[in-house]
Amino acid sequence: MRAAVIVFPGSNCDRDLAVAFEQAGADVTMVWHKDTALPEGVDIVGVPGGFSFGDYLRCGAIAANSPICRSLVAHAERGGYALGVCNGFQILTETGLLPGALRRNSGLKYICRTVGLTVETTDTAFTSGYSAKDVINVPIAHHDGNYFVEDAKLAELRDQDRIAFTYTDNPNGSVADIAGVVSRNRRVLGMMPHPERAADSGHGGTDGTAMFRAMLEQFANA
Amino acid sequence: MKARVFVMLKNGVLDPQGEAVRHALGSLGFDGVEGVRQGKIIELDLAEGTTEATVTEMCEKLLANTVIESYRIELG
Repeated sequence: MRAAVIVFPGSNCDRDLAVAFEQAGADVTMVWHKDTALPEGVDIVGVPGGFSFGDYLRCGAIAANSPICRSLVAHAERGGYALGVCNGFQILTETGLLPGALRRNSGLKYICRTVGLTVETTDTAFTSGYSAKDVINVPIAHHDGNYFVEDAKLAELRDQDRIAFTYTDNPNGSVADIAGVVSRNRRVLGMMPHPERAADSGHGGTDGTAMFRAMLEQFANA
Repeated sequence: MKARVFVMLKNGVLDPQGEAVRHALGSLGFDGVEGVRQGKIIELDLAEGTTEATVTEMCEKLLANTVIESYRIELG
C-alpha cells in the first residue's frame, strides 16, 4: 500500500498518521500543501488533524482550496481512497468530497478525551476489520466537531449505509450522533475521532489499529 | 471599490455561540432577548469594476460554506 500524508501549515497529526500507516505496513510519503501533484501510484491519501491555516475563516476552508487538494479531489474522483481525520474531515467536507459540515461544539468547549464509537458499517475498506455494532474507544480532540447535515441528506446517508461511526455518548451535538461518514463510492472516509492516536500500546489503546490493517489488506488483495 | 460580505449561519442551523451570548445578556439583566445569531462581516478592497457576480463567486467558492451558511453582499 502506498500512502501519502498531506502536511498543511498548522497540521499537527501528520506524523502520527504517517506512523500509523507505516506500522500497518504502508510505504508513506509526506506531501506539502503547495505541491501540485500526489506521488505516482498512491493508493490512499491521509488528510491529518491539526489547525490548518490557523482555522482562519472556517476550519479547513483554506486548506480545501490549496494546490494539493485539487490533486486530492482528482484522485478521489478517479476512485482513489482518502482518509480525513479531525481537521482532515473538516477539509474533506469543505472540498465537497463528503457531505455536511462541522460546526462549533454545542457546549462551545474544546473537548479532548477518549470516547466510545459504534461501528455502524463494516462495508468499507476502513471498517472491514470490525464487526457491526462493535464499540471501540478512540480519542477526540476538537472544538468544531459538531456534524451537520440536512434531513434529506441524512436520510440518503442512512439509506446508502454511509454512516461509518456514531458516538455512544454524543459529546458535541452532532446530528444523529455521527462521528464519521464515507463517500458515495465508500472510498473516502472522514471522521472526527483520531484512530492514529489509538494505534500503539503506548497510546493507552489500540482500537484504531484494525482500521489501518483493514486498509492494508484491501490493497494487498487488490 | 469596497464590498462587504455578511455571512450568517442559515436559519435552522443551531448557533451555539449566539445561544451563549443570549444567556450572557440574560445574566447581565437584559430581559426579553429572545434570540441571538452571530455571524461575520468580511470587507473586501476590490479593483474598480469588479462585478457583483465575481463577489458572488468568491462567496460560493470560499467565503461562505453554503451547507450551513448564507451570505449577503453589499457593494460600494
